[in-house]
Amino acid sequence: MSEHQLVIEAGRGERHYWRDLWRFRELLYFLSWRDILVRYKQTVIGVAWSVIRPVLTMIVFTVIFGKLAKFPSGNAPYAILVYAAMLPWQFFANALSESSNSLITNSNMISKVYFPRLIVPCSAVIVSLIDFFISFVVLVVLMAWYRFLPSWQILLVPLFLFQALIAALGFSLWLSALNVKYRDFRYIVPFIVQFGLYVSPVGFSSNVVPEQWRLLYSLNPMVGVIDGFRWAILGGDAQIYWPGFLLSNGLMVLILGGGVWYFRKTERIFADII
Amino acid sequence: MSDTVIKVENLGKKYILSHLADKREQLFSSLLVNKAKSFFNGGKKVLSSPLSLHSPSTSSTEEEFWALNDVSFEIKQGDRVGIIGRNGAGKSTLLKILSRITEPTKGRITIDGRVASLLEVGTGFHSELSGRENIYLNGAILGMSRVEIKRKFDEIVDFAEVERFLDTPVKRYSSGMYVRLAFAVAAHLEPEILIVDEVLAVGDAEFQKKCLGKMEDVSNKEGRTVLFVSHNMGAIERLCDRAVMLENGRTKFAGETRTAIQMYSGNLQESMNSSDISSLSRTGSGAVILTSFSLENGEGNNVISTSSGETVVLVFGYKCPEQTVKRNVSLGFSLHNSVGDVLSLFYSDYAGSTFEISNYEGQIRCKIENFPFSLGQYFVGTRIVINGIEADWPRGYVGSINVESGDFYKHGTFGNAGLGPLLLSGDWDSR
Repeated sequence: MSEHQLVIEAGRGERHYWRDLWRFRELLYFLSWRDILVRYKQTVIGVAWSVIRPVLTMIVFTVIFGKLAKFPSGNAPYAILVYAAMLPWQFFANALSESSNSLITNSNMISKVYFPRLIVPCSAVIVSLIDFFISFVVLVVLMAWYRFLPSWQILLVPLFLFQALIAALGFSLWLSALNVKYRDFRYIVPFIVQFGLYVSPVGFSSNVVPEQWRLLYSLNPMVGVIDGFRWAILGGDAQIYWPGFLLSNGLMVLILGGGVWYFRKTERIFADII
Repeated sequence: MSDTVIKVENLGKKYILSHLADKREQLFSSLLVNKAKSFFNGGKKVLSSPLSLHSPSTSSTEEEFWALNDVSFEIKQGDRVGIIGRNGAGKSTLLKILSRITEPTKGRITIDGRVASLLEVGTGFHSELSGRENIYLNGAILGMSRVEIKRKFDEIVDFAEVERFLDTPVKRYSSGMYVRLAFAVAAHLEPEILIVDEVLAVGDAEFQKKCLGKMEDVSNKEGRTVLFVSHNMGAIERLCDRAVMLENGRTKFAGETRTAIQMYSGNLQESMNSSDISSLSRTGSGAVILTSFSLENGEGNNVISTSSGETVVLVFGYKCPEQTVKRNVSLGFSLHNSVGDVLSLFYSDYAGSTFEISNYEGQIRCKIENFPFSLGQYFVGTRIVINGIEADWPRGYVGSINVESGDFYKHGTFGNAGLGPLLLSGDWDSR
């Protein structure tokens, strides 16, 4: 009996929160599963959509930056240089767009059932992660096509993926919580995503950024993630700019920490204002 | 079996009502504008209007509203407790706090045991997914584990009677099937405490009966505690052994169900404009003046609400300014719905009754057995004639009758309450 004792008081949500989060872990699985099942229902080419978008963007960027502007790509084919960055970027962008609206689209559940609300944006991020894995298959195809053999560093991709996950989660928590109160973020997020594609080193290597600006450039946390992916996939040629890499990482941890804090702070009034 | 499982102490919930045109979507711009205003005023707080009489810290467009205030009660293990009260009394807010959807502003609740709440049937159902998929999804949302759902799966499908449609997307389900499936999942939760909002308002009579039965089972056989909110006094009376009555966010009564229901009915009476009929504008000769209207139940007690199928007596009081004998007096009354349509008109002479009156004052009474109106509020108009000549016709309603769902058909079914005002009885056969 007493193991389930629950006290409800103003400002006392904390106590069981993390335990509840663990208890509801299956809900995380089911929500992600639902979104994946529903996602491509009544579409003709279905899951191919998650491949087509990054591939088309990759082609456009390769033509514009590689062939027309003739940016350097080291010894790797320009297409792989772009696609290696496209993978984490697409994951980050999808996670942001999906999760920022996730609380609103699930508002019905939020106003009728209790569960740790953190699950909702997290499941949106997981759905984007699935898309990432599908797109990753294309990278393998692309490497085979160019007969490009990656070095041992590719084994470190999961590490950088984890880094991308932290970044996506941090921003998602902020944006989803803010979107509940200020629906302006519905319009801000697409803008961030579009703008971010050009200020992040997706279409070009971050080596083209002048040395004195690199640290400033690394304030964009995706710079660290993308550089890491390139280093792991393209091999030794793409160098990691360590001060920037550490700065990016530090920022991401701060954003995630702040995101959890802000989400937890506003979560208790979600049902009242959604 | 007398352990307290839920203890609510001085519970309060405050909402801030903002009187902006659109309060649901707060705009970032208003925040920015306020920040900018205070910036340009050197950090001083800005009064939102020069006429504002409020303290500077609260904007004149905001108002506090206590949806719940000082609510306290206790619930013991195995109790089936009804929560009643008029719309806006705070029932839903209370349930939301008990289910941890929203936080209280003050006070404290102690709950011993796992709580499952069912504030809506089919929360989280996705119309594109099949019945099978939705059972798993909905189960998870309500807090069941995958293993638990798998174990109960056949039972759920049996209860919902949807075997044939398990792999059809629920968007193609009839609304009845949808509701049955949704309730079935919830009914197979195994919490120690089950909180149920007005979910029985949906679904047909057969299904409602099944749900009530299931809830009785849950409590009787399995010893679980059930909290049940409804406007259906029949269902409350049948299911609950105790009741809590809320009024304007406060506990008005907590205790025995019958008393609570009587209070609820009396409460309605209080809230109704106990209309002084004599002040209404009227036409007629004035030989007899109608003075009051009231309702009695079959036992002769004053009531304000009744249930479909109950016995009810409409009592009209009158006085005569002149004490002469009046013969061939007929009184009629009409019942109207909320938009004023006449639903029925009944003069005593239709039933062959005319009266001879000579007293200074008295009552004319009409007893109706098996009251044939369904859930709703009905308004009463009246007129009295002597020898076919209008003596008094108060313009406007002299009162109203609140009707709760009841056992009109004497079969334990409530019919489709609210779909039509009038309940018919008849003999059915097939040849």
